[in-house]
Amino acid sequence: MLDDFLVRAALAGVGTAVAAGLLGCFVVWRRMAYFGDATAHAAVLGVALALLFGTSITLGVGVVALTMAILIHGLSGQGASVDTMLGVLAHGALALGLVAVTLIPGQRIDLDAYLFGDVLSVTRMDLAVIWGGGALVVAALWWQWSAMLTATLSPDLAYAAGMNPRRAQLILTLLLAAVVAVAIKVVGALLITALLIIPAAAARTFAHTPERMAFLSMGIGALSAIAGLRLAVIFDTAVGPMIICVAAAIFGVSTISNNLRKLRA
Amino acid sequence: MNLIDAHNVSFGHGRQKVLQGVSLSISPGEIVTIVGPNGSGKSTLLRVLIGALTPQMGKVTQRGGLRIGYVPQKLHIDPTLPITVRRFLNLPLAVDQTQADEALRTAGVSGVADKQMSQLSGGQFQRVLLARAILGKPDLLMLDEATQGLDQPGSAAFYRQIEAVRRDIGCAVLMISHELHVVMSASDRVICLNGHVCCEGTPDVVSAAPAYRELFGSGTGGALALYRHDHDHAHDHDHHEAAE
Repeated sequence: MLDDFLVRAALAGVGTAVAAGLLGCFVVWRRMAYFGDATAHAAVLGVALALLFGTSITLGVGVVALTMAILIHGLSGQGASVDTMLGVLAHGALALGLVAVTLIPGQRIDLDAYLFGDVLSVTRMDLAVIWGGGALVVAALWWQWSAMLTATLSPDLAYAAGMNPRRAQLILTLLLAAVVAVAIKVVGALLITALLIIPAAAARTFAHTPERMAFLSMGIGALSAIAGLRLAVIFDTAVGPMIICVAAAIFGVSTISNNLRKLRA
Repeated sequence: MNLIDAHNVSFGHGRQKVLQGVSLSISPGEIVTIVGPNGSGKSTLLRVLIGALTPQMGKVTQRGGLRIGYVPQKLHIDPTLPITVRRFLNLPLAVDQTQADEALRTAGVSGVADKQMSQLSGGQFQRVLLARAILGKPDLLMLDEATQGLDQPGSAAFYRQIEAVRRDIGCAVLMISHELHVVMSASDRVICLNGHVCCEGTPDVVSAAPAYRELFGSGTGGALALYRHDHDHAHDHDHHEAAE
């Protein structure tokens, strides 16, 4: 079954979308979209470094995304507004990565594959990395769910309960780096944030509790991955952007139907 | 043994000190109220006590295993985060439904368990925060301007609720308030704060103290000064009123 490249692509897409859909809820609740962008854009720099040192792409991306994530985590603890700083880091890292990739001697690489993903070429090894990383994200959030949620609602409530909300923030930061490393093969560096945010935003409309929103977000992510792959094959387009298009369409439909329902009520 | 001790605590950003050399202790079961003008560091002091802020100088010691129920001044829940009252009460620790309903009743807000937090009125929201705070059977209940946004009968009812809660679960209460007349009568001890502790004592002692009178503009002061304390500073009279 895994010999079929379409099956591998579907499994890769679903694995990534489920992890991103779950983590994406926290990205939305905590308004970390820009944070996600900075970490994801740094991934291109990771690709360049991996090619330069001849290591695996996942390792290179993982290490650079992790470095970036920890850097931002440190900055966000300073109390000052980090919006501009995030913008500088996000686009600085992206530009540096793009320049570095073209400077690598003796290699002509397909940059599009890293910017927009290349899910049709995932190997069994890639699949193992994607599902391993995805399982790590889901397991960590499951295990720390209550603490994460409390810290997200109010850091002060977490402190009063004897918890450390900075720790929750750090865990989310690390998981974000893991999702970036896992997702770059599927949707590429430029669209990772979309995969985090759009399914969660679409799920918000139908949810009454955080848990339900998380499950719905994972489901919408998985649905987008499968439908996006199918549509991309039919219309012969890139897969990553098509997955995001489907997710955005689901968001559009959910928002419009919700507004209509409110109007009628 | 005291529930919590702050010893000579200073906190500030850069040179500007919000708190300077503040010491206070809370004993089990007492109701203590902190009063003071805008920007006098009341909320900062509470956040130092719960450990959300680390003081640059001085030390806060909590009794081992101290359970704190904290009711923040305001809690903003991002509109993207759907959460029912029942779910909110289960954070961070899961409680059974009977306990949750009982806490809501104690806080005077039964029957909202299945509503979204965003649907609650200001008064209901504060009471749900109170219900959540008392669910953990706290040794110390801390309230930061818990009656903000409530009208006068509403806040009077809220403070009666606090006294009832103390009777029921026997916790100490540390609260910040600007509703002096209400708070004064309900407190065992009042601390008047303006960056430092200006005066401290039973309500009648504090309301007679010159520092307090200067801060809150309730007369010429001095005539009934039963309580001597250091008064080596000038207070800004523009701060008049307890309007926070």
